[in-house]
Amino acid sequence: MCAARLKLLLCNLHVRGRQSTAISKLSYSYSSAQRIRAMEYLVGIQGKDFVLVAADNVAASSIIQMKHDYDKMFKLSEKILLLCVGEAGDTVQFAEYIQKNVQLYKMRNGYELSPAAAANFTRKNLADYLRSRTPYHVNLLLAGYDDTDGPGLFYMDYLSSLAKAPFAAHGYGAFLTLSILDRYYKPDLTREEAVDLLKKCIEELNKRFIMNLPSFTVRLIDKEGIHDLEKLTHGAK
Amino acid sequence: MALQDLCNFQDVFLDSVTTECSSVHFGKKTGCDFMQGSPFSNSSSLFNFYIPPVPLPFPISHGTTTLAFLFQGGVLAAADTRSSCAGQVACPASLKIRPVHSHMVSTTSGTSADCALWVRILSRELRLYQLRHGRRLSISGAAKLLSHMLHPFKGTKLCVAAILCGWDGGEEDGRHDNGGTKTELGGCTETAKKIAKSLDTSLQKTQSSSPTLGGQQHLTREKIRFSGPSLFYVCSDGTRLQGALFSVGSGSPYAYSILDQDVKWELTLDEATSIARQAVYRATHRDAYSGNHVDIFHISSKGWTRRSREDLKEEYYREKERRERGMRRDVTYEKAQCGD
Repeated sequence: MCAARLKLLLCNLHVRGRQSTAISKLSYSYSSAQRIRAMEYLVGIQGKDFVLVAADNVAASSIIQMKHDYDKMFKLSEKILLLCVGEAGDTVQFAEYIQKNVQLYKMRNGYELSPAAAANFTRKNLADYLRSRTPYHVNLLLAGYDDTDGPGLFYMDYLSSLAKAPFAAHGYGAFLTLSILDRYYKPDLTREEAVDLLKKCIEELNKRFIMNLPSFTVRLIDKEGIHDLEKLTHGAK
Repeated sequence: MALQDLCNFQDVFLDSVTTECSSVHFGKKTGCDFMQGSPFSNSSSLFNFYIPPVPLPFPISHGTTTLAFLFQGGVLAAADTRSSCAGQVACPASLKIRPVHSHMVSTTSGTSADCALWVRILSRELRLYQLRHGRRLSISGAAKLLSHMLHPFKGTKLCVAAILCGWDGGEEDGRHDNGGTKTELGGCTETAKKIAKSLDTSLQKTQSSSPTLGGQQHLTREKIRFSGPSLFYVCSDGTRLQGALFSVGSGSPYAYSILDQDVKWELTLDEATSIARQAVYRATHRDAYSGNHVDIFHISSKGWTRRSREDLKEEYYREKERRERGMRRDVTYEKAQCGD
C-alpha cells in the first residue's frame, strides 16, 4: 500500500512536466487551481459489510469559501456513491456524465452495474479523455455495496489509476490522515468503530490542517442502501 | 461580436487623441482582461512605457464588485459600475446587472464583452424554451444551460462569472401543458428555507407570494415545481453553485465581510437595499478596480425593479463629513452609520 502511494506520488511529479506542454486547457488553469483543488478532502473506510465515506462541504474560489454546504457526493445508483473533487467545472461535468451513463445502463439492461464495473467504467472514461485535448482533472472515490461481492471502495485519480482499497483519502488532508487510518484500521470494523476512526481523522485535520474545513458530509452504504449520517462539524463556524 | 469589440478597442487605444470621446461614442463597455498586461507593440508615442506584469499573489479575478442575496422579499442584486482595463478605467458607467427576462437578472463580472454576449445568448435560449414549452425555464435550469454552453470554452480566455438571480414560478400567461410534460430536474433544494410547491394544472397562477407550504403532491407525472426566489452562481471555469448569498469580483472579499454580518432572511426591502449599498460602497472604497456608481436591482414575484443609479463619491463625502462632525462634537469616536 505504501509503495503504491509513493509510486503514484512520483508519477504525479513526473507527468506534470509532460502535461504542461499539452494544449492550453491544462496549463492555463493548472497552477493556481492546483492549490485550491488539493484543499478538498475525501475519505472512505470499508468495513465488514459497509463502506463509510465522508467529504468536506466547502466550495471555494480563490481565497473565498463560496459555499459551506456543498455536497461532493454523487449517487450513481441505489448502492453506489461517487465522491468527486478536482477542478471546478470538471468535477460536476464528469460525475454527472458517469451518473447518467450508469443510469442508462440500468434502463437498457434492466439491472444495475456493480460497484467494480462502475469503477472500471469510470476509469476507462478518465483514461480515454486523459490524452485528449480536454482531460478531466478529477480525483475520485467510488464506494458501493454489491450483493455478491460485498462492500467495495475504489480509489481513482486524475491520471486514471484505479485501486481497490480498504481505506483511502484524497487531498492534502490525506497526508495527515492516512497514517491514522493505517494505525487503527482493521478489516472487521463495526459501524461505530468506523465512525470513531473517521472522527479521529477529522479531529486531526481540524488541529493541523491549514485550511478551515468546518463541516463534513458523512454517508454509509450497506446492503440496505445509502444512509445519511450526521454531519461532522467543527465547533466554531 | 466580442472579437470585433476587442479589435475596435485596440484601434481606439492606438489613437491616443480620441480615446476619451471614442469610448463615449461607442457606448459599449469593452473591458478586457486586466490580467493581460500586454504592451501595445505598435502604439503611438504616448504609450511607449511598458509596465511589466507583476505576478499576482493569488488569482485576483474580474475587476468588479457584484453581489446578490436572498431575503424574504425576493432577491436583491447590487453591483458597481466601473469597467477597468489594464489599470485604467475604461468606462465609469457600465451596466453590470443585465435583465435576462421579466423575472430574472444576471450580475456579470469578468470580461465585459463576454458577459454581454453570453447573457444575450442565454436570454435568447430562455425565450426559445418558453415559446416551445409554454413555461419559463427555472433559474436552476437556466444556470445549468449557461454552464453547459460555457463548458466547451474552458481553458480559453473566455471569462464570465455571473450570478443568476430570479423568481421561479408564478406564470402570468398561465399556459400549462395538460399532458404533464416532463419538467427539467432542477437543482437540489438544499436551503432549508425553500419549500417546494406543486403546481396544479387546473390552478391558474397569477402572482405567487412568498413560498408557502405545498398542498397535494402529484407524484404521478408532474414533477414538483419550486416557486420562489432563487440564486445561482455560474462561472466559465465550470462552477455552478446554488446559494443564498454570493459576491463575485475583486471587491468580493470586502463585500462578503459586510454582508456576512448583516444579511438575514427577515430583512425588509429598505434594510436589504441599505446593506447591499453599504457593501458595494466599502468594496469600492478599498478595491481599485471597483468604483463610481452602484446599481441595485430587486426581483420579486412581480418581476425586477431597478433603483436609480447612485454616485458613491457622494456617499464617501457624506461619511467623511459625518465623522468629522462626530469628532468635533465629542471626544469619543462615534461610529458612522451608512443609512439611507
